[in-house]
Amino acid sequence: MKLTLSWLKEYLDTDASVQAVADKLTSIGLEVESISDPAATLQAFTVAHVLEAKLHPDADRLRLCTVQTAAGTMQVVCGAPNARTGMKAVYAPIGATIPASGDVLKKAKIRGVESNGMLVSERELGLSDEHEGIIELPADAQVGASFAALRGLDDPVIDVSITPNRPDCLGIYGIARDLAAAGLGRLKPLAIKPAAATFKSPIGVSLQFTPETASACSYFVGRLVRNVKNGPSPEWMQKRLRAIGLRPISALVDMTNYMSFAFARPLHVFDADKVNGNVHVRLSRQGEKLAGLNGKEYALDDQVTVIADDSGVLAMGGVLGGEPSGCTETTKHVFIESAIFDTLRTASTGRRYDIISDARFRFERGVDPEFVVPGIEEATRLVLELCGGEASELVFAGSKPEWRRKIAVRPARAHELAGLDLPVADASRILQDLGFTAEHLPGHILVMPPSWRPDIHGEADVVEEVVRIAGLDKVPPVSLPRARGVARPALNAAQKRVVLAKRTLAARGLLESVTFSFTSAKLGALFGATNPRLVLQNPISADLDTMRPTVLPNLAAAVGRNLDRGAENVALFEVGPAYVDETPDGQLRIAGGLRQGNASQRQWSGPPRPVDAFDAKADAQAVLEACGLPASAVTIEPGAPAWYHPGRSGTVKMGPKAVLAYFGEAHPGVLAALGLKGPLVQFEVFLNAIPLPKDKGTNRPKLNAPDLLPVSRDFAFLVDATVSAAALVRAAEKADPLIAAVTLFDAFAGKGIDPGKKSLAIAVRIQPSEKTLTDVEIEAVAAHVVAAVTKATGGVLRT
Amino acid sequence: MDDLDRLTNSLLAEVATTDSAAAVEDLRVAALGKKGSITGLMKTLGAMDAEERKAKGQAFNAAKDRISAALDARKTQLGQREMDARLSFERVDVTLPVRAESQGRIHPVSQVTEEITAIFADMGFKVAEGPDIEDDWHNFTALNIPPNHPARQMHDTFYLPPKDTGETILLRTHTSPVQIRHMMSGPPPHRIIAPGRTYRCDSDMTHTPMFHQVEGLVIDRNIHMGHLKGCLEEFTRAIFGIPDLRYRLRPSHFPFTEPSAEMDIGCSRKGGVLKIGEGDDWLEILGCGMVHPKVLEAAGIDPNEWQGFAFGMGIDRIAMLKYGIPDLRAFFEADVRWLRHYGFSALDVPTLSGGLVR
Repeated sequence: MKLTLSWLKEYLDTDASVQAVADKLTSIGLEVESISDPAATLQAFTVAHVLEAKLHPDADRLRLCTVQTAAGTMQVVCGAPNARTGMKAVYAPIGATIPASGDVLKKAKIRGVESNGMLVSERELGLSDEHEGIIELPADAQVGASFAALRGLDDPVIDVSITPNRPDCLGIYGIARDLAAAGLGRLKPLAIKPAAATFKSPIGVSLQFTPETASACSYFVGRLVRNVKNGPSPEWMQKRLRAIGLRPISALVDMTNYMSFAFARPLHVFDADKVNGNVHVRLSRQGEKLAGLNGKEYALDDQVTVIADDSGVLAMGGVLGGEPSGCTETTKHVFIESAIFDTLRTASTGRRYDIISDARFRFERGVDPEFVVPGIEEATRLVLELCGGEASELVFAGSKPEWRRKIAVRPARAHELAGLDLPVADASRILQDLGFTAEHLPGHILVMPPSWRPDIHGEADVVEEVVRIAGLDKVPPVSLPRARGVARPALNAAQKRVVLAKRTLAARGLLESVTFSFTSAKLGALFGATNPRLVLQNPISADLDTMRPTVLPNLAAAVGRNLDRGAENVALFEVGPAYVDETPDGQLRIAGGLRQGNASQRQWSGPPRPVDAFDAKADAQAVLEACGLPASAVTIEPGAPAWYHPGRSGTVKMGPKAVLAYFGEAHPGVLAALGLKGPLVQFEVFLNAIPLPKDKGTNRPKLNAPDLLPVSRDFAFLVDATVSAAALVRAAEKADPLIAAVTLFDAFAGKGIDPGKKSLAIAVRIQPSEKTLTDVEIEAVAAHVVAAVTKATGGVLRT
Repeated sequence: MDDLDRLTNSLLAEVATTDSAAAVEDLRVAALGKKGSITGLMKTLGAMDAEERKAKGQAFNAAKDRISAALDARKTQLGQREMDARLSFERVDVTLPVRAESQGRIHPVSQVTEEITAIFADMGFKVAEGPDIEDDWHNFTALNIPPNHPARQMHDTFYLPPKDTGETILLRTHTSPVQIRHMMSGPPPHRIIAPGRTYRCDSDMTHTPMFHQVEGLVIDRNIHMGHLKGCLEEFTRAIFGIPDLRYRLRPSHFPFTEPSAEMDIGCSRKGGVLKIGEGDDWLEILGCGMVHPKVLEAAGIDPNEWQGFAFGMGIDRIAMLKYGIPDLRAFFEADVRWLRHYGFSALDVPTLSGGLVR
């Protein structure tokens, strides 16, 4: 919402500067987005007298002008056809910035002749598209005078961001009222008088709704003004409209815009000769059409509030006027409409048809029901003043909607809710200045908000008005009361895990990424997305329409982007949400990551090692361990979902069902679909599937560190290729109570080993507990190991 | 000089001329071995009378000890010399780079979330969470944004297919629905922050369809706007590490708070460079207000007994402002150059004791 300082001052008696006005507006919640002062950008441009304009000696289309300026007589080369001896023009000196181009003017030689400055057009000053010639000023303009002042462009424009609860401030008068309440001046009362009505309106009005739809338009007032002469509106009005970014069209149309921005009172004017019979307001009928004033054609459904005549739709009420019934230069008789359209229906219509108009903007927020008649009277006055003519009596349909409501306010609430200590009298004065009335009763005040404030409903709203105008800077800051003692932890066990998982993976050399929660349908499908309920209905783009089934798809795409940029050995992870359905329980929390290329970069000390499934397994295990689950607490099974290599991937489980993690090589099909270069390994840990630790207190179990020296024995077994290393290790671990640890240190198949077999070698650490073991005793343990492994796996000891 | 002295001197002279550990050992055998020259002398003791044996025995033993010590010393000396000779050939180029270890990083959003959490934990807040996929009621209606309210359009909501019951399903447009879920999960008082992902159908230079917010909620008896102001004053000063950071609250409007305000912090934009805490310009940082009575009612809390404040701010934005990160979009692109440059060390856990400024 834009306003100019002089327009504001028409309603607000104040000496305040534009900066003081802007500061106050911001401090009372009418946030100033910008102040633009055209006088500042046009400061360098002054009136000049063209003493002589003759042809350039070397160019037919250029003129050589001798110009009298504030800084003396100058020679200026000018290309404009209208440059001529004796005219008054606008002079830009060397060093001036041309607003339209941003160029700084330099001394130049044009076809061998020196040019000291420039005579400018409206387009060059950013005032209009006019570039046929240079600006011609009245003959009596004083040489050296400011062009901005002469054109009345010295009126600063303030752009205010109006929150949706303040329809009253979509008119400059409402803004003036707020400023007056905040002590920045005195609000000038409006003196609107009914126009002298000389005849009855030949056009009648009626509302044609059912009780269910009656709210669409509760009140409609019209008037005919006959024998008007529509032409351009006067300069003062055009200037104001232009300053706030509106294009002047004609006096009748400009008048409606003026009323909209001055008083937040949208109006519409119909060319009465194009209205057939009476005007009725009703809901549209399916299939009715309207050619809008915005040049677009609309096919209406049956939910639009329309203003119609006996032959059809004239306008969408409160949203958009129709082209055929619009006022033009030739309009002789004008029918003015001032009405109340329902906020919800207006908003819904505007949204459905994607129409953004100043009228919609105001009606969907709420228009002052008490200003329907004053609005049309003021509009009539302006029409009569600008276009002449005679006004009819008003015609009415419906009635003014009831807006009066009383709110009980306890004066103590200003302190209790807002922390503001303000005498009741000051609070009452603020409310009175804002148009509230008050009835003081024992213990509370019965407050009635004014008709233009549909946003005020409860005590808190009234408190807000008081604190807003008194100033939030008057509220002293107070520390929150603190509980006795040191602050307790803010994170629960599940939340702490997230932090630990992230820091564990970062410590392992992966880069934490945060990628979108949605992905493309194609990527999603690669990683198991199947639920149609997780497809966005209005995605920002087609490749971001599927809620991701896991964190991997966007990470995989990011790996590709990084490789394309020349990165090597990319290792990324993300700890974040993934979705299996639309319920709160369907949101998973996954710590997942990808490693591509080598485990480290090339280096002098040896060849790099390509990443493999065990890098991903290590990452997954590290996360599980950080979450309190040692590797010994889980089982590893071969295989993982379709986005993993079927033979080089695993699933980490706890018990028979609970899947805690997947890890392994990416499926070659995924690599191909993504255009990614392998090796690529990946893992997913389902943080929410890991059981939370039981609260066991802070005590650690006692350390068992025997004094007796342990003994280590190595064994190599020949087993079937299908036997898992884990099964063999587990069997060895359980072979004898003296066994403290079993480490698998070699796995081999190939030369020297029968096909279908493999060799697994383990180191068994035997820990004596009471006395040093004899060779015989050690041999006994070794025999247990061989027996147990053979029994469990069918393995044979290699000798 | 008797024989013993001569022998001893001769042996000591020989020790000094040995040139290897093996030669020292050979000499040791020749002198002190079973058939050694000193051993030979010792064997003559048996034929002596007691008096002489005592005197000679002492002398022989002294000689034996001298020679043995000389042999040991020579051996150590030769060993040192050999090591020195070997070491003079053992060289590495210490300017070679160390073996590469990949350096992981923590994303600025995670780091700043932890910083924010550390501050509010100190003020007695707990961390609460809610789902990203929300229903219309939690995201809008319960927050006093009824259907058709213009504020709904301002939220640029992403929609998922509606439930079979017709209920609208959407991606939460703010973290405020966590307020509702938390208030409904147990009785007041409440003091929580809720960091998380939020979504709006908007994408340009300064907007991404997904971003991060942190919500704050305090519900108690007697909590007023002064507390809101104090809490946010303490927070902003702590997060930016500027103890006297200027700030102001400006009245604003949100459907879920009444009164509502926006908070600005002092900054300078001189020369196009934003500096927090300097100059006399203002920078909007968050929205806040006293929780609207209708919101409390929607969450089953009696607004006549309980009241409090709520606030919401962009975590990404705080990260950008605090660490001078220019482009929001880059946060979500996972460019390894960006992650390495703007990310944080895995061990650099923010704590109040260690300070929150990196």
